[in-house]
Amino acid sequence: MAENKSFLLHVVTPDRTFYEGQVEMVEFNTTEGEIGVLPGHIPLTVILKPGILCIHEAEGEKEAALHAGFAEILPDGVTILAEIVEWPEEIDSNRAAAARDRAEERLHGRTPETDVARAETALQRAMARIEVLK
Amino acid sequence: MASMRDIKRRRSSIQGTQQITKAMKLVSTVKLQRARGNAERSKTYFTYMFDTVNSILKRVGHVEHRYLTAGTSKKKAVVVITSNRGLAGGYNSNVVKLVTRHPQWQKEDVVVYTIGNKGREAFVRSGYEVRPCSNEIVESPVYADAMRICEKLLEAFSKGEVGEIYLAYTAFKNTVSHVPTLLKLLPVVQGEVEERSGKAEAIMNFEPEDIEALDMIIPKYVTSLIYGALMESVASENGARMQAMDNATSNAEEIINDLALKYNRARQGSITQELTEIIAGADALG
Repeated sequence: MAENKSFLLHVVTPDRTFYEGQVEMVEFNTTEGEIGVLPGHIPLTVILKPGILCIHEAEGEKEAALHAGFAEILPDGVTILAEIVEWPEEIDSNRAAAARDRAEERLHGRTPETDVARAETALQRAMARIEVLK
Repeated sequence: MASMRDIKRRRSSIQGTQQITKAMKLVSTVKLQRARGNAERSKTYFTYMFDTVNSILKRVGHVEHRYLTAGTSKKKAVVVITSNRGLAGGYNSNVVKLVTRHPQWQKEDVVVYTIGNKGREAFVRSGYEVRPCSNEIVESPVYADAMRICEKLLEAFSKGEVGEIYLAYTAFKNTVSHVPTLLKLLPVVQGEVEERSGKAEAIMNFEPEDIEALDMIIPKYVTSLIYGALMESVASENGARMQAMDNATSNAEEIINDLALKYNRARQGSITQELTEIIAGADALG
């Protein structure tokens, strides 16, 4: 497999095909931690966590904010089924910052009613958005 | 025979109606094109989702999982997608009939979640237990709407309020063919899966483990089904309306032609009568 330097990456969302093309490596965040996938990976299905999707093409790198979904990894290709994924130019930085502050506030001043898991996800999402814009 | 004036009035009123139906047809044609584009774009996601879920289910075999076994409750939840507005031929009533005329379902065992005002009205009228969802969704569905509905359903399912979940919608085959469809959402049916041709099925690994992965993937699967159904229903609604309006326009055309004929006959009749009267008058004088 080592001679095969690239594989096919599909990123699909309910509304559109977000990305489709030959890539050398793809990195993203999963529930088990961040992973980078090279060609010839063993078959694996992972659940995504909010984070940065980094696509390494032959000509360079592309980044996007990837929020939820799951990925199917096969030796000859990767399919990411994303619920939400955005290119940096589609992100509103002010909104993301506001969302981060809101989520942090909720986590700090937590009461028994606070939905901690939800606030944490919101925070992770906002962080991913801000991180991509950098 | 009706008087000339009556016929004329009737004809102009039908011409007015025809103009309206023509305009409505044009509007739905445009809307249909947009909705069809959306429905086709969402199909890719759904196909991948379906393949993945099936390959996972095939691998884990028959496991005990809360989303794979029917709940103890006899109640069935049915999500019914209809439109907010009428004048779409049989579009709404065909979907509603799927539920009301179902051979095995008793009215008492069914909880209806309606999306779209027409469906809600119909089920309330026939005395079903109705939990309305937002009606605005069908105007332009987004994925977040499907997520909210899915959450509501899964909550009812986990609490044991309902044992099975179904989805009634109108599948969009092409512009002229729309099929009312009843689909089982939960428990997920473990059907025979066709091998993906040409690909040797390698053993799939999961991170996290199978059961946990199912816990997270199945809600997404259900959401994507609902979303796909919403998209297809919107396309079908506009297709159905387009057809209905097309029929209405050509019917109006027919009536107008008929009235034109009657009008001409009435006119001819009145001329003949006048002539006869004049001739009879001249004869009497002479």
